[in-house]
Amino acid sequence: MAHVVLRHRDIPNLNQFDVYKKNGGFSAFKNAVKKMQPTEVTDVVKNSGLRGRGGAGFPTGMKWSFIDNKNWPHYVVANADESEPGTFKDREIMESNPFQFLEGLALCSYAVAANVAYIYLRGEFWQLAAFLDEKIAEMEEAGLLGNKILGTDYSLKIYTHLGAGAYICGEETALLESLEGKRGQPRVRPPFPPTFGLYGKPTIINNVETFANVPMILANGADWYKSMGTADSSGVKVFSLSGRVRRPGNYELPFGATFRELIYGEKNGAGVQDARQVKALMPAGASSSLIVVNGDDKILDTPMDYASVRTLGSELGSASVIVIDDTVSIDWVINKTIHFFKHESCGKCTPCREGTYWMQNIVHRIHGGDGKQGDVDLLLNVAKQMQGKCLCALGDFSAMAVVTGIERFKGDFDKVVKV
Amino acid sequence: MSKQVTLTIDGKQITAPEGALIVDAAKMAGIDIPVFCHHPKLEPVGMCRMCLVEIGRPMRDRATGQIVMENGAPKIQFMPKLETSCTNRVEEGLVVLTQSEKANAGQKSTVEFLLTSHPLDCPVCDKGGECPLQNLTMAHGSSQSRFIYDEKLHLEKQVPLSELIYLDRERCIQCARCIRFQDEVAGDSVIGFDERGRSTQIVSFSEPGFDSVFSGNTTDICPVGALTTADFRFGARPWELDAQASVCSQCPVGCNTTLNTRREAKAGGNIVIKRVMPRQNEEVNEIWLCDKGRFAYHYTESKKRLTKPLTRTGKDRKVNRVSWEAATKLAGENFLKAKKNFVVLASGRLANEDLFNLKTLADQFGGKAVLYSHIGGGELTAQVGVSAGTNLGVLGSGSTIVVVASNLYEEAPIWYLRVKQAAERGATLIVMNPRETKLDKYASFVERYDYGQEIKSVQELTKKGKLGDAFMKAQNAIIIYGSEGLGVAGSASLATACAKALNETEHVGKANNGLIGVWERANDQGAWEMGFKPEDDLAAALKGKVVYIAGADPVGDDPKLAKALESADFVVVQDILENATTEIADVVLPAQTHVEREGTFTSGERRVQRFYPAVAVVGDARADYAITAQIAKHMNFIMQSANANIVFEILAETLKPFEGLTYEKLSNVRVQLPMIGRGDMYYGGTTYENTHGLGVHLSAGATRGETVRIPRAQKEALPKVKDTDLLAVPVSKLYHRGATIESAQLLNQRIGKTTVSMNFDTAEQWGVVEGAQVKVSFDGVSGEAKVKIDETVSAGVMLVPRGMGLAIREPAVAKVKL
Ligand SMILES: Cc1cc2nc3c(=O)[nH]c(=O)nc-3n(C[C@H](O)[C@H](O)[C@H](O)COP(=O)(O)O)c2cc1C
Ligand code: SF4
Ligand code: SF4
Ligand code: SF4
Ligand code: FES
Repeated sequence: MAHVVLRHRDIPNLNQFDVYKKNGGFSAFKNAVKKMQPTEVTDVVKNSGLRGRGGAGFPTGMKWSFIDNKNWPHYVVANADESEPGTFKDREIMESNPFQFLEGLALCSYAVAANVAYIYLRGEFWQLAAFLDEKIAEMEEAGLLGNKILGTDYSLKIYTHLGAGAYICGEETALLESLEGKRGQPRVRPPFPPTFGLYGKPTIINNVETFANVPMILANGADWYKSMGTADSSGVKVFSLSGRVRRPGNYELPFGATFRELIYGEKNGAGVQDARQVKALMPAGASSSLIVVNGDDKILDTPMDYASVRTLGSELGSASVIVIDDTVSIDWVINKTIHFFKHESCGKCTPCREGTYWMQNIVHRIHGGDGKQGDVDLLLNVAKQMQGKCLCALGDFSAMAVVTGIERFKGDFDKVVKV
Repeated sequence: MSKQVTLTIDGKQITAPEGALIVDAAKMAGIDIPVFCHHPKLEPVGMCRMCLVEIGRPMRDRATGQIVMENGAPKIQFMPKLETSCTNRVEEGLVVLTQSEKANAGQKSTVEFLLTSHPLDCPVCDKGGECPLQNLTMAHGSSQSRFIYDEKLHLEKQVPLSELIYLDRERCIQCARCIRFQDEVAGDSVIGFDERGRSTQIVSFSEPGFDSVFSGNTTDICPVGALTTADFRFGARPWELDAQASVCSQCPVGCNTTLNTRREAKAGGNIVIKRVMPRQNEEVNEIWLCDKGRFAYHYTESKKRLTKPLTRTGKDRKVNRVSWEAATKLAGENFLKAKKNFVVLASGRLANEDLFNLKTLADQFGGKAVLYSHIGGGELTAQVGVSAGTNLGVLGSGSTIVVVASNLYEEAPIWYLRVKQAAERGATLIVMNPRETKLDKYASFVERYDYGQEIKSVQELTKKGKLGDAFMKAQNAIIIYGSEGLGVAGSASLATACAKALNETEHVGKANNGLIGVWERANDQGAWEMGFKPEDDLAAALKGKVVYIAGADPVGDDPKLAKALESADFVVVQDILENATTEIADVVLPAQTHVEREGTFTSGERRVQRFYPAVAVVGDARADYAITAQIAKHMNFIMQSANANIVFEILAETLKPFEGLTYEKLSNVRVQLPMIGRGDMYYGGTTYENTHGLGVHLSAGATRGETVRIPRAQKEALPKVKDTDLLAVPVSKLYHRGATIESAQLLNQRIGKTTVSMNFDTAEQWGVVEGAQVKVSFDGVSGEAKVKIDETVSAGVMLVPRGMGLAIREPAVAKVKL
């Protein structure tokens, strides 16, 4: 099947303006600004069933329809912070299919009547930011961005903005704070960005991949998009596959494809390294609840969509699937994730700031071989104590692998603690 | 009143104003939800997660939007997660559980998390005993630590953010109250967080450190002992302290204070003041103080305090220690001899009772009652000043506040705060000043004029145009005028113009309307109400006279006055500290400071407020009103002086604006919102509570229906200046070399050198550069100063700070030489 988001894998040099244009590029945007009402664009996206690709899977069209039309101006922000360990799809999209992303961003801006859009990129993407600036300039030159686009009354400027190396700035309200030049720390929600966003103005924030789907939906229709995927999760998803697989990388599959297809498909992961057995899966990067596999076929045959993954006691999230095989002990895994979250906790709220620090102390003991059984119990208890009490989702994320790791792989911990 | 909603908290049905935060509504209903980051004076942030509660909302049918009923009552749907009661607002029908098992577990977990990093050095912590963390640990904490003690983080414990404020990094719980106070309330964003996660720490990023005159307030609202003042730290335990109500004596705002005192071996077993804390008065200072008010109290215990009456007699001016009887007798005899040559020179350092007796004495013997001040126009504030019902704290949209010729941040810091906040609530703020001031940022209109042109600017307020519209159409209008660049005559003229503008537009005689003077001292307004007036040419008024000086140091302040007093016939000085004037006086009478006695001050907003004795009298000092009465006795004139209360009673019978006031009325209190403190002490600081009086406004002439008489505005006495001349103008500084500030070692460091400011071009014209030590001369005065280049000063002008050794009374043509 032809790719929808990773179309550059079918069409060489798609990141060149002319190639993109020749392959139907910008037709959706042109059509929208010339012939469609902004709300009609939103309606198509709503009908397509597109859900946000940043992790939470919130229905995209619905989010756009929440924009507060009593308060102006409006802003659109692309979340290109891509910092979840195991997630590397947005980068490929922006590098290889930048115009499709930019066209999607422009379509959203038109749909919510924003005249300014920002792309917030993680600091390490500085070369990519320069590259996108060139692409934006090309679109401006062609009259697709800037003042009075294509002779209409609609104007749009797109700016890139670099973060400074904080995972938390992927969280939408921390991102907005950072974009405003403040400390990147989450705001209390509600109010949500569509009513109170950048500079307190109504703002739509979506993930890069979310935007990259939009031109194809507008070009081919909502029904076409819905024909792919499942009823709950329509369309296609770019899965970032990593861990102990033979071919790590990004793979675009329709929602509902199974873990097995992703991990073992010849064109996809091509199986586990050294033909070992899959022990556990982290479907949403470091922020995952661990799925117990232990070679269980039924688990590997679970369709990857939001609802089905939930039945396994986990979340699909950003679909960054990390494969853990039977050579890996789970105490090693959570030592890594805790270290990451302790390092990235923004420090704004007590349970996460103190909890990640405390968990790190305990897991160091356990993983370093100095732990006792009581330490494992304490670690589990501290992680649970954090759950549901933090200001933003990072705190909860940090507890997921810990709680599920200890509860679901108790034996791994029994092995490392002193009796 | 705003709309009320009904909700249930812990089974108790309560009503609360729409939009109130759940935590505040609960507090009003007597339910204390534990908090750390929440502070009723700050915007909600929901970051400490202490106030977690269960919140249930009436369920609505998705299709119809109707509330779903169950057994005759709305069906309540609880959220799966605990929520913060400091960020959620009350709604009709909410059900809140603050004590459920789940809520308790949430609160307990936050305390436990906080304590993992907390040093728990309560035994050596200044906050111990009045610490919200300590209290909430007692209420919600676990008795056992699950955190391994050896794994505790160790951080710096004595980080000076400035010479006034110290930070203990270990104790900080990252609640950001201090930062938010500086950003939101003070408007001085000089501290912030650095780093992230567990490395998050408070830093100051200003030069000098923590550069804000409100910094002390952060130590009150810090919920732990992380921020302490250099003045109080390690000074005493809170439970050893007594509290006595007082009023700040440092400026006309009249902030309500609590003096925390303790008997101390170090002080020879005497009771001493350990710290000055804000006392809540929502109509005056809310719960804030400026650093000058907080730290300047040390003058009361200065080594230079006068303790015994003295006389100087004979050709050799022999100093004699004499009895009170002898000293007052000598004074009285000389006053009697003076006949019409009698001058009483008093300052607003004195209480209403003192000034009343002094004025009575002057009147009785045909003397002149002169106010020691550089600002004129107070007779107008008595007529069209603000009166009953006025509260800057409620002004917002529909009100216009004009600030003219004053840098409020330096001259009356808490008014600066209140005016800034009024502007933020939507009041129209018009700032008129020859140079930029901190208030400009919040102004709707900034009007720059050349020194000497202030009246023209004020006249714009009653003309058609932007300023006129904003002023004339305003529902309420207040003009706050000062003395930037002005002497007595100039400021009197300015006051006239302001009073005229207010009167013409009917912004007089009602609450939240009228004129306010930014006086030099705490009770200058009281002095004006008694009938004291400053002299245009004070030196001339003193020459050859018999002078009774109370609360002023003319000899030390101004060589011209020193000279005038040299030729005075007889000088009696009654004061608290030794100074240059007490060095030349014929009779020196030691007076009590306001912390040793009872009395009242009248603030610039014309609010009469009581202060109470807090410490023992120093030496043989007596209250000013009593000293005057004792002198009068030797002049065969009987005045009341048994206690301040009696003097006040007579005063209130005599003076119309004071009619009906009694000490009892002045000490009335009522419930103030927001609720701060109470036994639980969640908001930090033990002494906010006001149990000793909120004070009462004087009535204004206009309120009593008297005809307002405004003299014609005179032209100011600006000297003729040529293009090549340098015009020296007086400006006021918060920290100057006043006797009360210099005695406070900590503040002394902030006074700095005597500097004169001018812009670059002017400096170049006079051949001087930044930092140059120059000789400045004007108007027969000369002295040394350092040059400061300041581009906000207009060309050809040199700013000369008052009270810094260069005696500038009014604008003058000046010279500078290297
Ligand atoms: C700690 C944290 C990190 C996040 N990082 C990212 C990120 O790197 N990229 C992203 O698109 N969304 C990230 N999100 C999700 C965003 O908050 C937000 O939900 C998303 O950008 C919305 O876009 P979508 O609706 O298109 O998914 C993160 C959320 C949290 C709580
Ligand atoms: S949960 Fe963690 S990252 Fe989120 S606000 Fe709290 S401290 Fe910051
Ligand atoms: S210093 Fe005090 S007020 Fe400031 S963040 Fe720390 S605990 Fe809070
Ligand atoms: S503002 Fe004035 S009255 Fe208030 S504390 Fe400061 S000096 Fe004292
Ligand atoms: S989160 Fe509510 S008091 Fe801090």
